[in-house]
Amino acid sequence: MNFDLTEEQQMVRKLMRDFAEGEVAPGADERDRTKTFPVEIFEKMAKLNLMGLPFPEEYGGGGGDSISFAIAVEELSRVCASVGITYSAHVSLGCAPFYLFGTEEQKQEYLVPLCQGKSLGAFGLTEPQAGSDAGGTRTHAVREGDEWVINGSKCFITNASYAKFVALTTVTGRKEDGSPEITALIAPTDAEGFQVLDSYVKMGLHSSNTTELVLENVRVPADHVLGKIGEGFKQFLITLDGGRIGIGAMALGIAQGAYESALRYARERVQFGRSISKFQVIQHKLADMAMQIELARNMVYKAAWLKDQGRKFTKEASMAKLYASETAMRVCDQAVQIHGGYGYMHDYKVERFFRDAKLTEIGEGTSEIQRMVIAREIGC
Amino acid sequence: MNILVCLKQTFDTEERITIEDGQISDDGVEFVINPYDEYAVEEAIRLRDEHGGEVTVITVGPDRAEQALRTAMAMGADKGIIVDDEDLEDADEYSIAKVLAAVIDDLEYDIILGGYMAVDDGSAQVGPRLAELLEIPHISTITKLTVDGDKVEVEKDVEGDTETIESKLPILVTAQQGLNEPRYPSLPGIMKAKKKPLEQLDIDDLDLDEDELEGKTKVLETFLPPEKEAGKILEGELEDQVKELVGLLRNEAKVI
Repeated sequence: MNFDLTEEQQMVRKLMRDFAEGEVAPGADERDRTKTFPVEIFEKMAKLNLMGLPFPEEYGGGGGDSISFAIAVEELSRVCASVGITYSAHVSLGCAPFYLFGTEEQKQEYLVPLCQGKSLGAFGLTEPQAGSDAGGTRTHAVREGDEWVINGSKCFITNASYAKFVALTTVTGRKEDGSPEITALIAPTDAEGFQVLDSYVKMGLHSSNTTELVLENVRVPADHVLGKIGEGFKQFLITLDGGRIGIGAMALGIAQGAYESALRYARERVQFGRSISKFQVIQHKLADMAMQIELARNMVYKAAWLKDQGRKFTKEASMAKLYASETAMRVCDQAVQIHGGYGYMHDYKVERFFRDAKLTEIGEGTSEIQRMVIAREIGC
Repeated sequence: MNILVCLKQTFDTEERITIEDGQISDDGVEFVINPYDEYAVEEAIRLRDEHGGEVTVITVGPDRAEQALRTAMAMGADKGIIVDDEDLEDADEYSIAKVLAAVIDDLEYDIILGGYMAVDDGSAQVGPRLAELLEIPHISTITKLTVDGDKVEVEKDVEGDTETIESKLPILVTAQQGLNEPRYPSLPGIMKAKKKPLEQLDIDDLDLDEDELEGKTKVLETFLPPEKEAGKILEGELEDQVKELVGLLRNEAKVI
């Protein structure tokens, strides 16, 4: 057993720490307040070849592993979770389906520009009536001649305003048992009848892009099926397994950032004649934070490691996502508490971290769904 | 153009310094390329990209210092040389300059770059000492470097003004802040770094007499600076304040 990061992973950590501190942290509060999407940060990341980090170089990727990807998301989220989720969704929801299920032509046409950062990646899955229950999918596609005609809508889709194309789950028929046949289709976002709406008012993650997709008679060529007809459901389950490592890493980064801020504040803040970090009640809070973060990190990295080994990681990815997100909420809650009145104020950052953390218990499968997945995996 | 960069791995500037048994503890410490040396690496890569040739990064240090060389290679340096410092006892700037000179004696070079000082010891001696040993000219604390043929032009800050100096290759220059903005290593750079050639040398491999490497200085004591105390604000009439200040400087601070 070996808990050390490899030399490359350590260098990725150092690079991402420096990049996050130097390029992402400045302006993060301002972007949160003004709800500004940081296009220039992703342009800079593209120059460093980070947008396709875990994909092979032949597709314009960086040839890194899943652990390095988790480290990258963690370090970005440690200073700005909006950048963290944008990057995580781009890689694990945007790029991964093309890499995992695309034909060679589709990889060249879609994965390469995604890895080069020429488009952000987005995955059109969730609908008003279909969250983790994909059976509720209403968006449907009908074959007319050499084209698919798509109608329907998607909600809570990350990055779509900055995506040139998206993969969408659509109902393309009924199976023998009457259940919907779900197929992923690739649609350019500038197609006629395709609207991307950026009008949500969110609790947090204000500088990330969350959109609704409206498709009215959107026509795409017949060959725009991602992988095979009828495999959309299976594909999205596999995609979400990887995505959970990303959200777990994001939660881990948020928790780390809030904890560091709380520790620094506790050392500096003097009450009753000494720094509040000398009071046992504060020490216990910080000790719990440090412990839970360390455990979350071990779980997130383990899930990523299993993925890198080509082994099954469904259960571990769910555990990592569940534990890290609940850790992020507890840590942020206590980080605000340690900051007292200042913690409630925007300038002290933990307020932003607290709002941003909540999404990690919801996105890519709620905590309740994660428990369902784990229960199924352990044989309940 | 053959470009050499001498660098040192130092504590991350964010690290808290702790002393154990009279020595600075490096337990759990993050190490980085000495920030001034990082300017030198960046400048070397730019020179290579402009004039062609090769950048070799050289360090003297423990095994962990290899990571600093790999990072420089991830930024774009072509190869590295690490000299194990395990056999160096009581080494100081004199010793390190001797070792570097012995390594560099066997190499072809047009220009040698380094940081003007390391942020840990802060002596700013190794660069100039090395140039003296190699019998080449050196210019320290440069903020701009232009090489044209064998003509070298540098700028350096002097007392709030800029001094321009012309010299010739081969030369050794040391970098001051402001020389450039070091790049982030790119992801492909990181992935390729491990495959670049890295030569590992011991003191025995060099044409040196170990006894001649003992440092010329001795560390008598290592201690942390006293904790900063809260400042004092003097009040009252200006004349009284001045009197009080002089009194305090004479009797309490004992500086006059």
